[in-house]
Amino acid sequence: MHELSIAMSIVDLAAEQAAKHEALEIEEIELDIGCLSGVEMDSFDFAWRQAVKRTILENAIRKVNRIEGKAHCLECGCNFDMHHLYDSCPDCNSHFSEILSGKELKVRSLVLPD
Amino acid sequence: MCATCGCGPSSHDHQDHEHGHDHSHQNGKGKKVIDVEQDILHENNLLAERNRGFFEGRNILAINLVSSPGSGKTSLLERTLTDLKGELEFAVIEGDQQTANDADRIHATGTKVTQINTGKGCHLDAHMVLHAVQGMKLKADSVLFIENVGNLVCPAMFDLGEKERAVVISVTEGEDKPLKYPDMFHSSTLCIINKTDLLPYVKFDVEKAKEYARKVNPSLEIIELSCTSGEGMQLWYDWLKSKVLTPA
Ligand SMILES: Nc1nc2c(ncn2[C@@H]2O[C@H](COP(=O)(O)OP(=O)(O)OP(=O)(O)O)[C@@H](O)[C@H]2O)c(=O)[nH]1
Ligand SMILES: [Mg+2]
Ligand SMILES: [Zn+2]
Repeated sequence: MHELSIAMSIVDLAAEQAAKHEALEIEEIELDIGCLSGVEMDSFDFAWRQAVKRTILENAIRKVNRIEGKAHCLECGCNFDMHHLYDSCPDCNSHFSEILSGKELKVRSLVLPD
Repeated sequence: MCATCGCGPSSHDHQDHEHGHDHSHQNGKGKKVIDVEQDILHENNLLAERNRGFFEGRNILAINLVSSPGSGKTSLLERTLTDLKGELEFAVIEGDQQTANDADRIHATGTKVTQINTGKGCHLDAHMVLHAVQGMKLKADSVLFIENVGNLVCPAMFDLGEKERAVVISVTEGEDKPLKYPDMFHSSTLCIINKTDLLPYVKFDVEKAKEYARKVNPSLEIIELSCTSGEGMQLWYDWLKSKVLTPA
Protein backbone atom coordinates (compact mmCIF):
# COMPACT_ATOMS: atom_id res chain seq x y z
CA MET A 1 0.00 0.00 0.00
CA HIS A 2 1.92 2.99 -1.31
CA GLU A 3 -0.68 5.27 0.26
CA LEU A 4 1.14 4.73 3.54
CA SER A 5 4.41 6.06 2.12
CA ILE A 6 2.50 8.98 0.67
CA ALA A 7 0.89 9.74 4.03
CA MET A 8 4.24 9.44 5.79
CA SER A 9 5.85 11.82 3.32
CA ILE A 10 3.11 14.31 4.07
CA VAL A 11 3.81 14.01 7.79
CA ASP A 12 7.53 14.65 7.15
CA LEU A 13 6.79 17.60 4.97
CA ALA A 14 4.36 19.10 7.46
CA ALA A 15 6.74 18.54 10.37
CA GLU A 16 9.49 20.33 8.46
CA GLN A 17 7.23 23.31 7.84
CA ALA A 18 5.99 23.38 11.41
CA ALA A 19 9.55 23.34 12.74
CA LYS A 20 10.47 26.19 10.44
CA HIS A 21 7.58 28.24 11.81
CA GLU A 22 8.16 27.05 15.37
CA ALA A 23 4.69 25.57 15.63
CA LEU A 24 3.97 22.70 17.96
CA GLU A 25 0.83 21.59 16.25
CA ILE A 26 -0.95 21.86 12.93
CA GLU A 27 -4.61 22.73 12.94
CA GLU A 28 -5.38 22.13 9.32
CA ILE A 29 -3.76 20.72 6.23
CA GLU A 30 -4.96 21.14 2.66
CA LEU A 31 -3.96 18.61 0.01
CA ASP A 32 -4.35 18.37 -3.76
CA ILE A 33 -4.84 14.78 -4.87
CA GLY A 34 -5.55 14.38 -8.56
CA CYS A 35 -7.97 11.74 -9.81
CA LEU A 36 -5.22 10.27 -12.02
CA SER A 37 -2.51 10.37 -9.36
CA GLY A 38 -2.77 6.68 -8.55
CA VAL A 39 -3.84 7.30 -4.97
CA GLU A 40 -6.78 5.18 -3.90
CA MET A 41 -8.77 7.35 -1.48
CA ASP A 42 -10.06 4.50 0.73
CA SER A 43 -6.54 3.22 1.23
CA PHE A 44 -5.31 6.74 1.75
CA ASP A 45 -7.85 7.42 4.52
CA PHE A 46 -6.80 4.23 6.25
CA ALA A 47 -3.10 4.99 5.82
CA TRP A 48 -3.61 8.53 7.04
CA ARG A 49 -4.99 7.36 10.36
CA GLN A 50 -1.93 5.16 10.85
CA ALA A 51 0.59 7.72 9.69
CA VAL A 52 -0.54 10.71 11.75
CA LYS A 53 -0.65 8.88 15.09
CA ARG A 54 1.54 10.65 17.63
CA THR A 55 2.69 13.19 15.07
CA ILE A 56 2.19 16.88 14.63
CA LEU A 57 -0.76 16.09 12.33
CA GLU A 58 -2.57 13.87 14.78
CA ASN A 59 -5.41 16.33 15.40
CA ALA A 60 -5.24 18.28 12.19
CA ILE A 61 -8.30 18.73 10.02
CA ARG A 62 -7.53 17.36 6.58
CA LYS A 63 -8.97 18.97 3.48
CA VAL A 64 -8.54 17.22 0.15
CA ASN A 65 -9.11 18.83 -3.23
CA ARG A 66 -9.69 16.13 -5.82
CA ILE A 67 -8.46 17.51 -9.14
CA GLU A 68 -10.28 16.18 -12.21
CA GLY A 69 -8.32 14.54 -14.99
CA LYS A 70 -7.94 16.60 -18.17
CA ALA A 71 -5.97 15.70 -21.26
CA HIS A 72 -4.90 17.26 -24.54
CA CYS A 73 -5.22 15.11 -27.65
CA LEU A 74 -1.95 15.08 -29.59
CA GLU A 75 -3.76 13.96 -32.73
CA CYS A 76 -6.59 16.47 -33.15
CA GLY A 77 -5.67 19.01 -30.52
CA CYS A 78 -8.85 19.02 -28.48
CA ASN A 79 -8.96 18.99 -24.70
CA PHE A 80 -11.10 16.42 -22.93
CA ASP A 81 -12.01 15.00 -19.52
CA MET A 82 -9.91 11.97 -18.70
CA HIS A 83 -11.41 9.66 -16.11
CA HIS A 84 -8.99 6.77 -16.69
CA LEU A 85 -5.50 6.68 -18.12
CA TYR A 86 -6.81 4.47 -20.95
CA ASP A 87 -9.50 6.94 -22.08
CA SER A 88 -9.16 7.97 -25.69
CA CYS A 89 -10.02 11.28 -27.29
CA PRO A 90 -13.81 11.51 -27.64
CA ASP A 91 -13.44 13.35 -30.96
CA CYS A 92 -10.88 11.33 -32.89
CA ASN A 93 -10.42 8.23 -30.70
CA SER A 94 -6.66 8.66 -30.45
CA HIS A 95 -4.82 7.40 -27.37
CA PHE A 96 -1.92 9.77 -27.90
CA SER A 97 -2.59 12.44 -25.35
CA GLU A 98 -0.86 14.64 -22.87
CA ILE A 99 -2.24 14.86 -19.35
CA LEU A 100 -3.00 18.44 -18.35
CA SER A 101 -4.30 17.84 -14.85
CA GLY A 102 -5.23 15.06 -12.47
CA LYS A 103 -1.71 13.89 -11.59
CA GLU A 104 -1.37 16.34 -8.67
CA LEU A 105 -0.07 15.12 -5.35
CA LYS A 106 0.64 18.20 -3.31
CA VAL A 107 0.51 19.81 0.09
CA ARG A 108 -1.15 23.08 -0.65
CA SER A 109 -1.29 24.79 2.71
CA LEU A 110 -1.17 24.45 6.47
CA VAL A 111 -2.94 26.34 9.22
CA LEU A 112 -0.88 26.84 12.36
CA PRO A 113 -2.02 28.25 15.68
CA ASP A 114 -0.65 31.72 16.22
CA MET B 1 12.10 10.29 9.26
CA CYS B 2 13.22 7.50 7.00
CA ALA B 3 10.92 4.50 7.03
CA THR B 4 13.36 2.23 5.31
CA CYS B 5 16.86 2.47 6.60
CA GLY B 6 16.18 4.26 9.86
CA CYS B 7 18.47 7.16 9.11
CA GLY B 8 17.19 10.50 10.37
CA PRO B 9 16.56 13.62 8.34
CA SER B 10 19.93 15.08 9.31
CA SER B 11 21.83 12.43 7.38
CA HIS B 12 20.16 13.37 4.13
CA ASP B 13 20.63 17.08 3.80
CA HIS B 14 16.96 17.76 4.24
CA GLN B 15 17.74 21.41 4.75
CA ASP B 16 14.94 23.82 4.22
CA HIS B 17 14.46 23.79 0.51
CA GLU B 18 13.92 27.13 -1.09
CA HIS B 19 10.64 27.03 -2.89
CA GLY B 20 9.89 30.68 -3.13
CA HIS B 21 6.32 29.84 -2.22
CA ASP B 22 6.54 30.01 1.47
CA HIS B 23 4.16 32.87 2.06
CA SER B 24 2.31 32.98 5.29
CA HIS B 25 -0.44 35.27 6.37
CA GLN B 26 -2.87 35.69 9.22
CA ASN B 27 -6.32 34.44 8.36
CA GLY B 28 -8.03 36.93 10.61
CA LYS B 29 -8.85 34.44 13.36
CA GLY B 30 -5.45 34.65 14.97
CA LYS B 31 -4.15 31.72 12.98
CA LYS B 32 -1.30 31.50 10.57
CA VAL B 33 -1.88 30.07 7.10
CA ILE B 34 1.21 28.74 5.34
CA ASP B 35 1.09 28.30 1.56
CA VAL B 36 3.28 25.27 1.14
CA GLU B 37 2.61 24.28 -2.49
CA GLN B 38 4.99 21.36 -2.32
CA ASP B 39 4.90 18.09 -4.22
CA ILE B 40 4.49 15.14 -1.88
CA LEU B 41 6.90 13.04 -3.92
CA HIS B 42 9.39 15.90 -4.07
CA GLU B 43 11.93 14.18 -1.83
CA ASN B 44 11.76 10.93 -3.79
CA ASN B 45 12.01 12.74 -7.09
CA LEU B 46 15.07 14.68 -5.98
CA LEU B 47 16.84 11.50 -4.95
CA ALA B 48 15.75 9.81 -8.17
CA GLU B 49 17.36 12.61 -10.16
CA ARG B 50 20.51 12.19 -8.11
CA ASN B 51 20.56 8.46 -8.96
CA ARG B 52 19.87 9.25 -12.59
CA GLY B 53 22.77 11.67 -12.73
CA PHE B 54 25.04 9.08 -11.17
CA PHE B 55 23.97 6.46 -13.72
CA GLU B 56 24.30 8.82 -16.65
CA GLY B 57 27.73 9.97 -15.56
CA ARG B 58 28.99 6.39 -15.67
CA ASN B 59 26.96 5.27 -18.66
CA ILE B 60 25.07 2.74 -16.56
CA LEU B 61 21.80 1.55 -18.05
CA ALA B 62 19.42 1.21 -15.09
CA ILE B 63 16.27 -0.83 -15.69
CA ASN B 64 13.46 -1.05 -13.16
CA LEU B 65 11.64 -4.40 -13.46
CA VAL B 66 8.08 -4.38 -12.18
CA SER B 67 5.28 -6.97 -12.19
CA SER B 68 2.71 -8.80 -10.10
CA PRO B 69 4.20 -11.45 -7.83
CA GLY B 70 5.42 -14.39 -9.85
CA SER B 71 5.24 -13.02 -13.41
CA GLY B 72 8.85 -14.02 -13.95
CA LYS B 73 11.16 -11.09 -13.16
CA THR B 74 13.79 -13.20 -11.46
CA SER B 75 13.52 -15.94 -14.09
CA LEU B 76 14.06 -13.36 -16.81
CA LEU B 77 17.14 -12.08 -15.02
CA GLU B 78 18.58 -15.53 -14.35
CA ARG B 79 18.36 -16.46 -18.00
CA THR B 80 19.60 -13.09 -19.27
CA LEU B 81 22.58 -12.97 -16.92
CA THR B 82 23.59 -16.46 -17.96
CA ASP B 83 23.03 -16.04 -21.70
CA LEU B 84 24.75 -12.66 -21.99
CA LYS B 85 27.61 -13.36 -19.62
CA GLY B 86 30.80 -11.98 -21.12
CA GLU B 87 28.88 -9.79 -23.58
CA LEU B 88 27.60 -7.17 -21.15
CA GLU B 89 28.59 -6.18 -17.63
CA PHE B 90 25.69 -6.63 -15.17
CA ALA B 91 24.77 -5.84 -11.59
CA VAL B 92 21.44 -6.43 -9.85
CA ILE B 93 19.50 -4.88 -7.00
CA GLU B 94 16.85 -7.22 -5.62
CA GLY B 95 13.88 -5.72 -3.80
CA ASP B 96 11.96 -8.20 -1.72
CA GLN B 97 9.67 -7.83 1.26
CA GLN B 98 11.12 -10.69 3.29
CA THR B 99 13.47 -13.27 1.92
CA ALA B 100 16.79 -13.29 0.11
CA ASN B 101 15.63 -16.08 -2.21
CA ASP B 102 15.72 -13.99 -5.37
CA ALA B 103 19.10 -12.52 -4.49
CA ASP B 104 20.42 -16.05 -3.96
CA ARG B 105 19.14 -17.05 -7.39
CA ILE B 106 20.93 -14.09 -8.97
CA HIS B 107 24.08 -14.76 -6.97
CA ALA B 108 24.10 -18.30 -8.36
CA THR B 109 24.55 -16.87 -11.87
CA GLY B 110 27.79 -15.25 -10.74
CA THR B 111 26.44 -11.71 -10.95
CA LYS B 112 27.00 -9.02 -8.35
CA VAL B 113 23.75 -8.57 -6.42
CA THR B 114 22.57 -6.38 -3.55
CA GLN B 115 19.46 -7.19 -1.61
CA ILE B 116 17.02 -4.61 -0.28
CA ASN B 117 14.48 -5.97 2.16
CA THR B 118 11.58 -3.60 2.25
CA GLY B 119 9.82 -5.34 5.15
CA LYS B 120 6.25 -4.11 5.06
CA GLY B 121 7.10 -1.68 2.27
CA CYS B 122 5.41 -2.61 -0.98
CA HIS B 123 7.78 -0.83 -3.35
CA LEU B 124 11.34 0.37 -3.71
CA ASP B 125 12.00 4.08 -3.60
CA ALA B 126 14.84 6.26 -4.79
CA HIS B 127 16.26 6.55 -1.30
CA MET B 128 16.69 2.78 -0.92
CA VAL B 129 18.31 2.56 -4.32
CA LEU B 130 20.67 5.40 -3.44
CA HIS B 131 21.86 3.50 -0.38
CA ALA B 132 22.15 0.23 -2.28
CA VAL B 133 24.16 1.83 -5.05
CA GLN B 134 26.55 3.45 -2.58
CA GLY B 135 27.77 0.03 -1.52
CA MET B 136 28.00 -1.53 -4.95
CA LYS B 137 31.05 -0.14 -6.78
CA LEU B 138 29.16 -0.26 -10.06
CA LYS B 139 31.30 -0.46 -13.18
CA ALA B 140 31.00 2.14 -15.91
CA ASP B 141 29.28 1.05 -19.14
CA SER B 142 27.26 -1.62 -17.36
CA VAL B 143 23.63 -2.63 -17.01
CA LEU B 144 21.95 -2.38 -13.61
CA PHE B 145 18.75 -4.36 -13.18
CA ILE B 146 16.55 -3.32 -10.28
CA GLU B 147 13.94 -5.97 -9.50
CA ASN B 148 11.13 -4.21 -7.71
CA VAL B 149 8.79 -5.78 -5.17
CA GLY B 150 6.17 -7.97 -6.88
CA ASN B 151 3.26 -5.54 -6.97
CA LEU B 152 1.58 -3.94 -9.96
CA VAL B 153 0.29 -0.89 -8.10
CA CYS B 154 2.60 0.67 -5.58
CA PRO B 155 5.94 0.82 -7.41
CA ALA B 156 4.36 2.83 -10.24
CA MET B 157 4.58 6.12 -8.42
CA PHE B 158 8.19 5.92 -7.32
CA ASP B 159 10.84 7.00 -9.76
CA LEU B 160 14.10 5.26 -8.85
CA GLY B 161 16.19 7.17 -11.35
CA GLU B 162 16.00 4.38 -13.90
CA LYS B 163 16.36 4.90 -17.65
CA GLU B 164 13.85 2.22 -18.60
CA ARG B 165 10.94 0.69 -16.76
CA ALA B 166 9.99 -2.80 -17.89
CA VAL B 167 6.66 -4.22 -16.78
CA VAL B 168 6.36 -8.01 -16.97
CA ILE B 169 3.02 -9.78 -17.27
CA SER B 170 2.54 -13.48 -17.84
CA VAL B 171 -0.07 -15.30 -19.87
CA THR B 172 -1.43 -16.91 -16.70
CA GLU B 173 -2.72 -13.51 -15.65
CA GLY B 174 -5.74 -11.85 -17.23
CA GLU B 175 -5.17 -9.96 -20.47
CA ASP B 176 -6.97 -6.99 -18.92
CA LYS B 177 -4.08 -6.31 -16.50
CA PRO B 178 -3.15 -3.10 -18.35
CA LEU B 179 -6.64 -1.71 -17.84
CA LYS B 180 -6.82 -2.77 -14.21
CA TYR B 181 -3.39 -1.37 -13.36
CA PRO B 182 -3.04 1.49 -15.83
CA ASP B 183 -0.55 3.52 -13.80
CA MET B 184 2.15 0.89 -14.16
CA PHE B 185 1.67 0.52 -17.91
CA HIS B 186 1.45 4.25 -18.32
CA SER B 187 4.82 4.79 -16.66
CA SER B 188 6.67 1.88 -18.30
CA THR B 189 8.71 1.98 -21.49
CA LEU B 190 8.70 -1.76 -22.21
CA CYS B 191 6.13 -4.48 -21.61
CA ILE B 192 7.25 -8.10 -21.56
CA ILE B 193 4.58 -10.75 -22.00
CA ASN B 194 6.15 -13.81 -20.39
CA LYS B 195 5.38 -17.54 -20.21
CA THR B 196 4.24 -17.80 -23.83
CA ASP B 197 5.09 -21.53 -23.62
CA LEU B 198 1.86 -21.85 -21.63
CA LEU B 199 -0.35 -20.26 -24.29
CA PRO B 200 -1.71 -23.63 -25.51
CA TYR B 201 -3.01 -24.34 -22.00
CA VAL B 202 -4.49 -21.04 -20.91
CA LYS B 203 -7.10 -18.66 -22.18
CA PHE B 204 -5.07 -15.55 -22.84
CA ASP B 205 -5.61 -13.32 -25.83
CA VAL B 206 -2.19 -11.85 -26.62
CA GLU B 207 -3.56 -9.40 -29.16
CA LYS B 208 -6.12 -8.09 -26.67
CA ALA B 209 -3.44 -7.70 -24.01
CA LYS B 210 -1.32 -5.68 -26.43
CA GLU B 211 -4.29 -3.59 -27.49
CA TYR B 212 -5.13 -2.77 -23.86
CA ALA B 213 -1.53 -1.94 -23.04
CA ARG B 214 -1.34 0.44 -26.00
CA LYS B 215 -4.59 2.11 -24.96
CA VAL B 216 -2.91 3.10 -21.73
CA ASN B 217 0.43 3.86 -23.34
CA PRO B 218 0.59 4.10 -27.14
CA SER B 219 4.39 4.32 -27.16
CA LEU B 220 4.94 1.20 -25.07
CA GLU B 221 7.24 -1.36 -26.70
CA ILE B 222 6.01 -4.95 -26.30
CA ILE B 223 8.00 -8.19 -26.41
CA GLU B 224 6.51 -11.69 -26.08
CA LEU B 225 8.80 -14.37 -24.71
CA SER B 226 9.19 -17.43 -22.57
CA CYS B 227 11.94 -17.64 -19.96
CA THR B 228 11.40 -21.38 -19.85
CA SER B 229 11.54 -22.32 -23.54
CA GLY B 230 13.72 -19.40 -24.58
CA GLU B 231 11.32 -18.41 -27.34
CA GLY B 232 11.47 -14.66 -27.95
CA MET B 233 14.44 -14.10 -25.64
CA GLN B 234 16.50 -12.88 -28.60
CA LEU B 235 14.06 -9.98 -29.09
CA TRP B 236 14.64 -8.95 -25.49
CA TYR B 237 18.41 -9.22 -25.88
CA ASP B 238 18.24 -7.10 -29.03
CA TRP B 239 16.16 -4.52 -27.19
CA LEU B 240 18.61 -4.53 -24.29
CA LYS B 241 21.65 -4.14 -26.52
CA SER B 242 19.96 -1.33 -28.44
CA LYS B 243 19.61 0.58 -25.16
CA VAL B 244 23.20 0.11 -24.06
CA LEU B 245 25.11 3.12 -25.21
CA THR B 246 28.48 2.15 -26.57
CA PRO B 247 31.15 4.18 -24.79
CA ALA B 248 32.70 6.93 -26.87
N1 LIG C 1 6.00 -21.99 -17.75
C1 LIG C 1 6.73 -20.95 -17.44
N2 LIG C 1 6.99 -20.65 -16.15
C2 LIG C 1 7.76 -19.58 -15.87
C3 LIG C 1 8.30 -18.75 -16.89
N3 LIG C 1 9.00 -17.75 -16.31
C4 LIG C 1 8.91 -17.95 -14.98
N4 LIG C 1 8.17 -19.06 -14.71
C5 LIG C 1 7.83 -19.60 -13.38
O1 LIG C 1 7.04 -18.68 -12.67
C6 LIG C 1 7.34 -18.72 -11.28
C7 LIG C 1 7.66 -17.35 -10.74
O2 LIG C 1 8.82 -16.87 -11.40
P1 LIG C 1 9.79 -15.79 -10.75
O3 LIG C 1 10.86 -15.53 -11.74
O4 LIG C 1 10.20 -16.17 -9.39
O5 LIG C 1 8.80 -14.54 -10.68
P2 LIG C 1 9.04 -13.10 -10.02
O6 LIG C 1 8.33 -12.11 -10.85
O7 LIG C 1 10.49 -12.88 -9.81
O8 LIG C 1 8.30 -13.28 -8.61
P3 LIG C 1 8.38 -12.33 -7.31
O9 LIG C 1 9.80 -11.86 -7.17
O10 LIG C 1 7.93 -13.18 -6.21
O11 LIG C 1 7.43 -11.20 -7.58
C8 LIG C 1 8.48 -19.72 -11.12
O12 LIG C 1 7.96 -20.94 -10.74
C9 LIG C 1 9.06 -19.79 -12.52
O13 LIG C 1 9.67 -21.01 -12.79
C10 LIG C 1 7.99 -19.09 -18.25
O14 LIG C 1 8.40 -18.44 -19.21
N5 LIG C 1 7.21 -20.19 -18.46
MG1 LIG D 1 11.49 -12.30 -8.08
ZN1 LIG E 1 -8.37 13.80 -30.74
